[in-house]
Amino acid sequence: MEATTYNYKVVRQFAIMTVVWGIVGMLVGVILAAQLIWPDLTFGIEWLSYGRLRPLHTNAVIFAFGGSGLFAVSYYIVQRTCQTRLWAAPLAAFTFWGWMAVIVLAAVTLPLGYTSSKEYAELEWPIDLLITAVWVAYALVFFGTIVKRKTKHIYVSNWFFGAYILTIAILHIVNSMELPVTLTKSYSMYAGVQDAMVQWWYGHNAVGFFLTTAFLGMMYYFIPKQAGRPIYSYRLSVVHFWSLNFIYMWAGPHHLQYTALPDWAQSLGMVFSLMLLAPSWGGMMNGIMTLSGAWHKLRTDPILKFLVTALSFYGMSTFEGPMMSIKTVNALSHYTEWTIGHVHSGALGWVAMITIGSMYYLIPRLFGRESMYSTKLIEWHFWWSTIGVVLYIASMWIAGVAQGLMWRAANADGTLTYSFAQVLNTMYPFYGIRLAGGALFFSGMLLMAYNVWQTVRAGRVVNDAPIPQAVHA
Amino acid sequence: MSDFTSGFWPIYISIITLVSIVGTFIFLRSQTTRKLAPGEKPELIEHTWDEDLQDLNNPLPRWWLGLFYGTLIFALAYLVLWPGLGNFAGVLKWTSTGEYEAEVKAAEAKFQPVYAGFMKQDIATVAADPDARAIGKNLFLTYCSQCHGSDAAGAKGFPNLTDADWLYGGDPDTLKATITDGRAGVMPALGDALGADGTRQVANYVLSLSGRKHDAAQAAAGKPKFEENCAACHMPDGTGMQAMGAPNLTDKVWLYGGSEAAIIETIAKGRNGVMPAMAQTLGTTSNKDAKLHLLTAYVYGLSQKQ
Repeated sequence: MEATTYNYKVVRQFAIMTVVWGIVGMLVGVILAAQLIWPDLTFGIEWLSYGRLRPLHTNAVIFAFGGSGLFAVSYYIVQRTCQTRLWAAPLAAFTFWGWMAVIVLAAVTLPLGYTSSKEYAELEWPIDLLITAVWVAYALVFFGTIVKRKTKHIYVSNWFFGAYILTIAILHIVNSMELPVTLTKSYSMYAGVQDAMVQWWYGHNAVGFFLTTAFLGMMYYFIPKQAGRPIYSYRLSVVHFWSLNFIYMWAGPHHLQYTALPDWAQSLGMVFSLMLLAPSWGGMMNGIMTLSGAWHKLRTDPILKFLVTALSFYGMSTFEGPMMSIKTVNALSHYTEWTIGHVHSGALGWVAMITIGSMYYLIPRLFGRESMYSTKLIEWHFWWSTIGVVLYIASMWIAGVAQGLMWRAANADGTLTYSFAQVLNTMYPFYGIRLAGGALFFSGMLLMAYNVWQTVRAGRVVNDAPIPQAVHA
Repeated sequence: MSDFTSGFWPIYISIITLVSIVGTFIFLRSQTTRKLAPGEKPELIEHTWDEDLQDLNNPLPRWWLGLFYGTLIFALAYLVLWPGLGNFAGVLKWTSTGEYEAEVKAAEAKFQPVYAGFMKQDIATVAADPDARAIGKNLFLTYCSQCHGSDAAGAKGFPNLTDADWLYGGDPDTLKATITDGRAGVMPALGDALGADGTRQVANYVLSLSGRKHDAAQAAAGKPKFEENCAACHMPDGTGMQAMGAPNLTDKVWLYGGSEAAIIETIAKGRNGVMPAMAQTLGTTSNKDAKLHLLTAYVYGLSQKQ
């Protein structure tokens, strides 16, 4: 018999865990920021040392917080825009429990020091295998639902989710090719500069497809929904979708400017990164212009504020990224705090804020309520987050540029003007401002947790949202 | 050496690159539609999802297209001028190694006059020159302070350079050899050979050598073991041997700590002290010999002032 309701259970599970992992991942980030000011903060306990916690932070915010958010919204959106129940409920349940297992294993093994040493792919081979299994199940559920759809056309969000699911599978498998030597140790199949190139092809496209393409899919649903306006341009959706995905694949070598990577590959990384500017901005344009005719809603609707501010940070970081890939800029910016600022303008400003806005739309609907428990608290959350991001990235810009200039400053006799320790000393005030910004952003997540708790408590679990029978054109 | 393993790959990558850029150009052209007339409403496409999700079909914004074309043209121009298309070196013949070598050469020529005078002087004379000391200090902060500290007073495992105690000798020639070629100070692990009791006895004997608080009975038992296992490097009287870098055990200077526990650890597990060879660290940087000369003079001067 044809299912008459949507599967909200798995969406609800992932949505709640998005909030939980957001708090955990950002708390670790705040501890790391404090460790840079007070290195003995964790009493020299090796499991809590900077080097062990740093991959825990990145994995927790990208894959646990961001990943859970993406699972939740992609499962929600694909059902509703295909007007059919999620395909293969047991597989969907497996993706939830499997993904949670990956996260818990990461939270145990990384502090213990088990690492493949590849950035954003630190997890050792048994966990890599589990990720692969979960991801294949994810692809089956997602594309299975697309195949079953009642609507004729595939909605734009689903193009982006489809691209992300396919590409992450390829990236994860190619970069994680490794030879196990024990249960907890493996070595990469690649060596030397090839290993570096594969790693940054993966690393950059993890940013490209996990943190950009997928979250654009999120944007393409929640902005038109919350604004109550049609998307600005279908044509722009098509053009920027294909050009973004095609060109992103080339940009990885810009992480290896002025290294042992051959000059020709460095050049290609740079020019394709510049070509990425317009496709990236296509998404921002399409989202922001969707608000034409609904701008007044921004005054009163904090959810829309989150979504639109996220797009603004997206536009800013996707301008900054191509600029930083230019060799002469990179010669100054690389290895400095500027890179950290750039990453967080994308990670906090874009990824976290679009996710938070989407969750505020989604969570009440999953618990049978019209809206969140408190709109006022969303408003507070919005301002804390925005001020937090601005403090974070402004301090890291100043710190990064100062650091780059101090490193290259030379005296009349050819010696360096500043020692490493002197440069570090200059960083302290900026590390302090960054910690304040990060702590503010983290505190906003606690407001969200309280608001979600009150919403869930007073709501009822919705497992029976009906699928409309009339099929649109 | 070519970046490619065969003649096929540079052609392969060049073709894919050019087809990609030109293909993007053609794709954009094919998707460009006419601008909306003033007052004309964009088409609302006839499809709806999830009750109310719809698409307008505005043409691609002109400034956005301009931006996109601009980056495509920039990419092509860049690949004509700089390396990028396989083995084609680019019209400018730029390479990253070439740029580095040119910068080193320029620095060599620019700063050589600053150093030329000092190169003719011996270490002691250079060490007394305030200008040379200023340069030396900057070099020290860049290359040495990470281990020896900004004040050169050292840390556990890293010798204090401001006192008169030298592991390998503090005369100018020895200092220069230490800085230029580095040192590997190896204290073998004797824990297995001596056993736990023997290690404690030798440690107490070592404590007695500098008149520190110790257990006399243990020290007496340790003495023959010291003579058998340690005296070859540290000498029978414990005063050490600079040719080996074996420390003097009769003074108050302790590189790895002078407590009973620290000495037991040193004897049981051994120590590996490494001073990197600055000739290697400086690599191909400019005025390398002058830098080694000025660094030596600076370090020499640190203990002379006292």
